[in-house]
Amino acid sequence: MRFIAARDDRRPIGAFFTRYAGVWLWLLPLLFLGLFFFYPLGAVFHLAINWAFTQGWSVDVWEQVAHPLLFTVWQALLSTLLTLVLGLPAAYVLARYTFPGKTVLQVLTTLPFILPTIVVAVAFNALLGPRGVINVLLMQAFNLANPPLQVMNTLGLILLAHVFYNTTIVIRIVGSAWSQLDQRLEQAARVLGASSTKVAWEVTLPLLRPSILAASLLVFLFDFTSFGVILLLGGPHFATLEVEIYTQALQMLNLPLAGLLSAIQLLCTLLLTVVYARLGDKQPIPLIPRLQGEGTRPPRGWRQKLLVAGMAAVLLALLVSPLAALALRSVTRLDANRGERGPVIPGLTLDYYRQLFINQQDSIFYVPPVQAARNSLAYALATTGLSLSMGFLAVYAMRTRSRRWMEALFMLPLGASAVTLGLGFILVFNRPPLDVRSFPWLVPVAHSLVALPFVVRTLQPVLLSIPGSLRQAAAVLGASPWRVWLEVDLPVMLRAVLVSAILSFTISLGEFGATSFLARPEYPTLPIAIFRFLSLPGALNYGQALAMATVLMAVCGISILIMDKMSV
Amino acid sequence: MLEVGDIYKNYAGKPLLQGVSFGVGEGETVCLLGPSGSGKSTLLRIIAGLELPEAGKILWDGKDMASIPVHRRNFGLMFQDYALLPHRSVAENVAFGLRMQALTRAEIQARVAESLEKVHMAAFAPRRVTDLSGGEQQRVALARALAPRPRLLMLDEPLGALDRTLREQLIEELHRLLQTTGIPAIYVTHDQEEAFALADRLVMLHDGRVEQVGSPAEVYGRPASAWAARFLGFNNLIAGSVAALDPLRVNTAIGTFQPAEMPIPIPALGSPVTLLIRPTGVKLAGNDHQVNQVSGVVEDALFQGDRFRIGLGCTLAVSLQFYLPEPLIPGQNAVLVIEASSIVCLE
Repeated sequence: MRFIAARDDRRPIGAFFTRYAGVWLWLLPLLFLGLFFFYPLGAVFHLAINWAFTQGWSVDVWEQVAHPLLFTVWQALLSTLLTLVLGLPAAYVLARYTFPGKTVLQVLTTLPFILPTIVVAVAFNALLGPRGVINVLLMQAFNLANPPLQVMNTLGLILLAHVFYNTTIVIRIVGSAWSQLDQRLEQAARVLGASSTKVAWEVTLPLLRPSILAASLLVFLFDFTSFGVILLLGGPHFATLEVEIYTQALQMLNLPLAGLLSAIQLLCTLLLTVVYARLGDKQPIPLIPRLQGEGTRPPRGWRQKLLVAGMAAVLLALLVSPLAALALRSVTRLDANRGERGPVIPGLTLDYYRQLFINQQDSIFYVPPVQAARNSLAYALATTGLSLSMGFLAVYAMRTRSRRWMEALFMLPLGASAVTLGLGFILVFNRPPLDVRSFPWLVPVAHSLVALPFVVRTLQPVLLSIPGSLRQAAAVLGASPWRVWLEVDLPVMLRAVLVSAILSFTISLGEFGATSFLARPEYPTLPIAIFRFLSLPGALNYGQALAMATVLMAVCGISILIMDKMSV
Repeated sequence: MLEVGDIYKNYAGKPLLQGVSFGVGEGETVCLLGPSGSGKSTLLRIIAGLELPEAGKILWDGKDMASIPVHRRNFGLMFQDYALLPHRSVAENVAFGLRMQALTRAEIQARVAESLEKVHMAAFAPRRVTDLSGGEQQRVALARALAPRPRLLMLDEPLGALDRTLREQLIEELHRLLQTTGIPAIYVTHDQEEAFALADRLVMLHDGRVEQVGSPAEVYGRPASAWAARFLGFNNLIAGSVAALDPLRVNTAIGTFQPAEMPIPIPALGSPVTLLIRPTGVKLAGNDHQVNQVSGVVEDALFQGDRFRIGLGCTLAVSLQFYLPEPLIPGQNAVLVIEASSIVCLE
């Protein structure tokens, strides 16, 4: 007793802090979530409920809500199905086979994920639009007066863009589970007399089911909250909830209706997110991380070769053709720069790129695209740091069984669309006592919230897969808790940490929805700048948007290459 | 029944198996014995059809298996870490192979119960395999491999991950099971004790080649080479040269020895050979012998219950081990005489 008393006497204040340091570690991410997620969303709900009570629930309002809601669900279902149809075989091929050009293909599959929706939209426009590469080629070949391919503003194009955009998610999630799947399980089934089809149904699919479900839900969520693609490719006929919120809030200035739509969307997506988070409740099959490449081999026999070659060709066509069209179109002049009359000589040009660096004095909102790129990079770095530190704290906090409830909590931002978040930020931080909307740091905060669920989702399973005995072994060998983390947790998690970093960095670079609400006119990001130029008339502005989209594509590509190198 | 013919296989560009041949007869248990990395597991996987050899044939009753896919071979394979399907219960794991044979539900149930009974795991049928201990998983894996009544059972280091007591117990059970079922079996291990206990025939692998084939008694009594002797745990190996042939006399750095048996083939006069001196069959020398005696300084004497293990330093380079009923005092000189039958001339 004397001993304990003496120890307490010696450091009355120090003991307080060491005892509660652990509490701060898991309270910090909760506070972050509370201030920047629940508070703004609460404000959105408050606005919507207030309005619904004062206005009443008329047929008119119901129609304004039901139409976008039904369309949102419909297109998300279709998109998810199509994405799985392409993504599952692609995940299989990439997880199990080595083939020439695989590395290139893997880097390519990360591209659509990091490209802003707006770039994807512009790219598909440059490929399939009325003045896109394919139409121009067809018109020249058959001497046609009008573009033969009329796919702009159709549901088909929206679906295609969604498939392009989300196949990567299926490849990442399912492919990673697939490559970590113990192949001896399948071999054991083979030896026990199961044909390869039987093995697929009885062993592989059941073991992959959690990851397939997770990927499907995630893809569905992304399609459900799709914004840029529908805004730019769907035209006026197609409005998802997200687009409708944007239109009502920023164009009709009808904040209450925007709030109501947001509240309805939130309910839907939060429900989906809770389901998605519950998938994680099933005890993950512990898999010791294997070296990359183990268990992959070149295809054998003509059937495997055909599958691999076919899959690679389809992926290449889907992933490369819009991007190549974008790059090509950004250096091709087809009509007069500013709509002047007279003959135009079609050909290659660098005009659009040269224009990016020219500061046009006639516009006060004009920011050189170079500056926009610099803004984007700074925001992306801040986002990476913020979401990784919050993600790490959160993941470690949830490791304890008693704090499992935090898991669902940190998946919630996934369910809130970026546009809704942006609306909430405006509602909350635009008021006198807390007028901080003018601070540029709100952008990386919003980006971090978007990225946080991905970071948590990436880090958590790896952390849980580390057997406790590894840590105990290290501790017994004399490693302090900090050393244990450094020598055991970090090396095992390194790949997951890098993946998280890539995810948050690229999510920030590409984020458009929240940024469109929060970015100050003089601090645009690249996606915002592209959108601005795209909405201006004339071939020169269209060309500049294409050029910027190409630049952003390159910036994303370079950053992903750097990080790809780091992870080897 | 099974004929493995001249199998070649490379792994990561290096030759792993270089012309391995052996056979398995009816009801016979063959142990593939070799150090880790000697290609034993790969050989099993080739026989199962999970891997293709660069050259060589797998024949079953004279029929080439090359064109028969894995799942039609009806060979049972028990994986080293069991490879139990984590999403299925114990009973479902055992039932898997039976369902592939499209048996009726009643048949499957009966056979699952029977197989689990055989390995004393009947009570575990509804449990999740992830909740089982290593020994329990081992039994389930065995039941799963046996349930479809394979025409050949292959076991890849089945006891490798288990502790010693459990191993000894399971060796007995495995032995009984292999005897009663009469299924021809290939048992892969790096542990000679397991191999001796279970094998009807031993096939020793070294550097991708078959080092020696024979019954456990043959292999133990007459290792084919110094490497084989060392791998079997014999440490008293001395280099020497043939001094006389009738009777055989071998000169070494620590004296002249007369082995009881002539090695086959008969070595030439003066050719280098290796002598294996068994640690048993020695006694303290009463009077001076001309041959079959070793002298040196006692290095240590370890009490082992029914005997003492004596370390004898004969020269600076040569140190031998013997078992004696009585202790010797370390540091003292000792002279031991060895029975001729305990001296084996190798190569």
